[in-house]
Order: sequence, then C-alpha cells, then structure tokens
Amino acid sequence: MSMTIALAGNPNSGKTTLFNALTGSNQHVGNWPGVTVERKEGQTRYGNQVYRVVDLPGTYSLGAFSEDEVVAREFIVSGNPDVVINVVDATNIERNLYLTTQLLEMGTKVVVALNMVDEAESREIHVDEKALAQRLGVPVIRTVASRRKGIDELMEAAIAVARVPLNGHVQLSYGESIDKRIEVLKGFLQGGDFRYPSSWLALKLLEGDSYAKKFVFENSNLRDLEEFSRFWDEVAVHEEEFQLEIVDSRYKFVGDITKDVVRRPGVAVETTTDKVDRVLTHKYWGMPIFAAIMFAIFQLTFAVGQDLLGEWMAVAIDYVGGALEGFLVGVNAPAWLIDFIGNGMVAGVGAVVEFVPLIVILYLLMGLLEDSGYMARAAYVMDNTMRAVGLQGKTFISMIVGFGCNVPGVMATRTLENKKDRMIAILINPFMSCGAKIPIYLVFIAAFFPSYGGLVLFSVYALGVAVAFLMGKIFSKTLFKGETSHFIMELPPYRKPTLSNVVRNMWDNVSGFLARAGTIILAVVSLLWVLAVLPLGVEPYGSASILGRIGQFIAPIFEPAGFGTWQAAVGLFSGIAAKEAVVATLGMVYAGVEAGTELVAAIREVFTPLTAVSFMVMTLLYTPCAATLGTIKKETGSAKWTLFSAFYSFGIAWVLSVLVFQVGRVLGFS
Amino acid sequence: MEYSTLITLREGDICKVARIQAGTTATMRLYEMGFNTGARVQVLKNDRGPIIVGLGGHKVALGRGLAEKMLVARSK
Repeated sequence: MSMTIALAGNPNSGKTTLFNALTGSNQHVGNWPGVTVERKEGQTRYGNQVYRVVDLPGTYSLGAFSEDEVVAREFIVSGNPDVVINVVDATNIERNLYLTTQLLEMGTKVVVALNMVDEAESREIHVDEKALAQRLGVPVIRTVASRRKGIDELMEAAIAVARVPLNGHVQLSYGESIDKRIEVLKGFLQGGDFRYPSSWLALKLLEGDSYAKKFVFENSNLRDLEEFSRFWDEVAVHEEEFQLEIVDSRYKFVGDITKDVVRRPGVAVETTTDKVDRVLTHKYWGMPIFAAIMFAIFQLTFAVGQDLLGEWMAVAIDYVGGALEGFLVGVNAPAWLIDFIGNGMVAGVGAVVEFVPLIVILYLLMGLLEDSGYMARAAYVMDNTMRAVGLQGKTFISMIVGFGCNVPGVMATRTLENKKDRMIAILINPFMSCGAKIPIYLVFIAAFFPSYGGLVLFSVYALGVAVAFLMGKIFSKTLFKGETSHFIMELPPYRKPTLSNVVRNMWDNVSGFLARAGTIILAVVSLLWVLAVLPLGVEPYGSASILGRIGQFIAPIFEPAGFGTWQAAVGLFSGIAAKEAVVATLGMVYAGVEAGTELVAAIREVFTPLTAVSFMVMTLLYTPCAATLGTIKKETGSAKWTLFSAFYSFGIAWVLSVLVFQVGRVLGFS
Repeated sequence: MEYSTLITLREGDICKVARIQAGTTATMRLYEMGFNTGARVQVLKNDRGPIIVGLGGHKVALGRGLAEKMLVARSK
C-alpha cells in the first residue's frame, strides 16, 4: 500500500494550494478561512513512488469546535497518516505553531511546511527555519505553494520522516499540578491497548477531550477502576482551569521558540490591507459598498455575458440545430428522430447551454471576490444585519457560496460551531439563487424586461436574501431557539487574485453546469420528449399528450399565481431534478429548433410582465433541486428536515408568487 | 493592574488578555486562536459591528458580545 501524506494546518494557511501543487488537482481555493470543509484526496508521484495525499479542512487546534474541524481532527487522530505535512503560515507563526505543538504532543510524524515565506519577508518577518527545525525536532521546509516553491524539498523531507520510526516525542511541561496528574493518569492507563502515547491520552483526558475520553473508556482495561473514578471526579472539578492552563503552556512553549527564531519589525507598519479595510469595513459605507459591489457584478455579468456574448451563443446553437436537422433530413432519418433531436434535444439542452457565457462571467467575477479576501469582509459587514435576524455574519459566507450552487453552500455551513445556527443556515441556503436558475430569469428578462437585465437579476437575488433573512428570523424564534453563537473570524490580508485560481473556480462551476446539461438535463428532456409525443396519434407537445395531462393535473395549483398553464407546471416540476430543466422543458414544449428567440417569443405570448415576475419569484424560492436535497439529507442526517426543506420552501414560494400576482393585479399591473 | 473589558477600549489601544468569561466553548476557541493569557492585542476598529483587533500581525473580527466578555489589561 502506498504511503498516506495528510495536509493539516490553520484555516487559510494554503493547504489546498499546496495540495493542488502536489497532486495536480484542481480543488477550489480562496482567500478566506473555511474554503475546504471536506477531506479531499489525490495522488502525487515522487521518484518512482505514488503517494496518497489527503487535504484536510483548516483547524486552529485538535479541539474541533465545528463540523469541518471534526473532519480534520478525525483524520489526524484516527486516519493513520504516515506523515502529516503541517502547513504553517509564516506571517502568523505563533498561532500556527499551536497546532504544530498539538501534533507533536500526539507523537505524530510531522514535517512543517513554512508557507508564504515570500509574504512574510515582504512584511519583514524573518524566520530562522533551521533553528525552528532544531527546536521542534522535525524538518521545516520553506515553501511558497502558490508558486510551487519548495515542493520537491517538502516531499523529500516528508518521505524521509515517514520511513523512519519516531524516536520519542516532544514533552511539554504544563505546570506542576497538571504534570503530576498526567503521571497519575499514565499509571492508570498502563496495560491498555493504545495506539497513542499514554502521556498524550492522559493530557487529553485532563483537557476534557471527548474523543480521548471515549477512546480510553471503551478501549482500555483501566486499572483500579474505583480509585480511578475517585481521581476522575476530582479532576472534573478543575476541568476548565486545566484546559486553560494547558493552552497557556502550549503557547508558552511556542513563545519560547519564536522568541529565538522569529524576527519581526518592532512597530507594525500600516499595510495596504489596513488602508483598504478603512473603507470597506467602514461603519456606514461598508454595507452600501457591499451592495454596490454585488450590483456591479450583476450589471457586468449582463453587459458582457449576455449583451456581448449571448447573441453569438444563440446564433451558434441555432446554427448547430439547423445543421443537425439538415443532416438528418439529408440522410433520410426517421421523422421522430429529427423531431427528438431538433425539438427535444437542441431546443431543450440548447436553451440551457445558451447561457454559458453569462455564467462564465458571473463566476469569474465571484472568483475575483473570493480570491481577493473580500469574502471575510462581507461576513463582517453583514454581521449586524444577520444578528438582527437571529443569525451571525459567518452564515452569510455560506449564503454567498450558495449563489454559485446550493450544494457547496449547504456544505459551507459546516464552519458554524453552533448546531442551531447551522440548521437555520442549511434551511435558508436554497433561497440563495444559484447559477442553474439564471437561464430561467434570463428568458423572462429577454421577453419582458430587456433593458433592465442587471437590475432585475440583482432584485431577484436580493429578494432571495430577504426571504432567507425573514425565514432565519422566524426559525430562530420558533423551531431553533437559543443563543446565536459569537462571531469570530479572521480577516485575511487582501491579495491580488491570481488568474489561475479565478479561472479554476469558474471552471469548477461551469463544468458542473455543462456536465448537468449533458447528463441530467438531457435525460430529463428525453424523458419529457417521450411523454410529450405519446400516446401516438395525439398532437405532439399538445395538452392531450401524457406530459400535457400530467401538467394539467398540477396546473390548477398555480392558477392563483397567474401561470396555471400545463407547460409552466411541467417546467417547474422538472426543475426539481435540476433547475436548468425548467428552461429546457419550456424550450421543448414551447419552441422548436431556434430555441433562443423563439422561446422568448413564445413566452411573451403566454406570460405577461406580471405573471413573468410571479413565475420568477416561484422559481427563485420553490423546492430545492434533488442534488441540494441530497446534500441537506447528508449534512443534517435527517430525512425529516430534508422533507421539511422541500415542502416549506414550496409553500413560501407559492404564497409569495400568489401575493405578487394578486397584489399586482389589484394595483393595475398586468 | 487595571482591568477593563475589550469593548471599552478605543482604536489604537494596546492591551494584554487577562481573562475570558464567555462560556467554555467560546473561551477555548479564543484561547486556542491565540487570545491566551498575556496575548498582546491591538484594537484596530471599534465603532459599530464586530470589533477588529490585531493579534500577532493578523486581523481578527470578534462579535461585540464576545468583546464584552474579554477582560484585558491596558498597557498604555
């Protein structure tokens, strides 16, 4: 079996950048703490060997307060990595070495990657890595993961460390009263079949670590149980005190080392980050600036993605469709096949693919935001507002991630420490309008509001956020009462976004979009096409087809919202498979080969501006797609909450779209 | 030594962490993030919304509720 190398370190220290550099993977990176919330695996070749590399979510300690940290801790403690590459941010070495200390206490084989040394040097922070290596007793390699510097040396050191057995491990002193108790505990622990050094287990027990407790109580034949429980009762009284003392001891250990090996300027100079933050986190301007940035993103997306590139795409799809049909007619293909390809596939899938340029632009812009370091500021700026609705600023990050796709959005809630915060964040995430819904809005915008594209799109997103806030408030007052957790978030320094990161993150999303168009959307469209032309003899795509009848059965539900047509009903229904399917279905049932313009023209005939708005509200808010529901199930571990999510969002969507339509009608809109 | 809560400090003030009384979880989290006893903290922003402090050359935003529960010793 090949060796396993785990990457561990503080949030935003560059683990995933290093992982990508090592394995040639394209994992999502960003300049904010909490990008990686899952374990990612890859392989790297060094010499003639292949090694398994595991990227872990960032963590400040092995204490594991949130779900993502639990993932990291579990792997380090029980995943048996052959060696841990501990990625240490050279600009913030004191805090980063805290985790290093914990790894050393555990007797893990560690190699330190002293990362971002370039940034440290530019801030005049100098680390003597040789002295540091000597003090820690493990190799320390200088790296700049983003520029692939030091990667070979790092691999060499990691392999060398993994090959030889560990000789002893770092033993800190935690003060007399704790050291004494560690010795006593070690006595109790002897004879158990443990994978960990008994001094570490003893220490963890004193720290009140739940994993260690469970491990010891389940795996050991503790000696003198009676005496032990007496001892344990006495320890429990002091638990909190011990915890803090142990942390202090570790920081003292770190401080003693850094005092000798790190040189930093005496007076902190005001950095560019400080200057930029003066504006972006300003008490009054912070929020308007955030809103303006988001608004600009949508305007730009529209101007470039739709007005400039969208036309070409429509022409290209028409051309491909026409050519395909011409070819099929030329080779005397059966009529049903021509119809399936032209009216089913090209009209359906084409209606989705047409919007790729726009989605590319949107994700490029969001990528810039992510890579710059602004995300953490957005969370900061929003904290007050979020708190007013019973949530906290960090939740907002999962919401922004949801703008891309609700699947990672729901997963991003793992960074929330508090169960209540996390449940609410999961339940409101689907109101964040994802990229897959964009084609729906665009068709309706093109049909009714062509000159206000950016504004309408921005308003739709804003409505989603507003509904999320409202539901957050309601949930925190009813289903999930309790304290909102405190806001603690590191604000990383601003960095110039790198092209490769921005493009990679864009491609992450766009390739998913394309892949869905080629798989699930194609499958849905094919199935619906069959239903639309059967039973034989009825008018295809007509109300008498199976599809038409299904649609007619559902349609009355949407009557009060103004779009009670069977086509709209079928479209919405298919959207539960994947949101792009809404447009694909509309494209198929309303239009033929020339999907783009013809679909828009058809929509203009059957909808009105008012019903278009109410339909957009519906698609924005109703039942999440299957993939999102699956993720909700996985993250909450509860079928009940998954079903709840599916139904309550439908209810909200229905109520609001009915409200829009009915109130709009009273006000004289049509 | 005069103790006050972090929230009462003004922009530019430098202090040392003395004691955090925010419940076990939040206290441990802060401790492990480097707000341990004696850690040197500089207040960078304290007006509206979370307070921003500099800690070891990095910036950390802390909710106001939390800053009320951090006892610090002013050093100037």
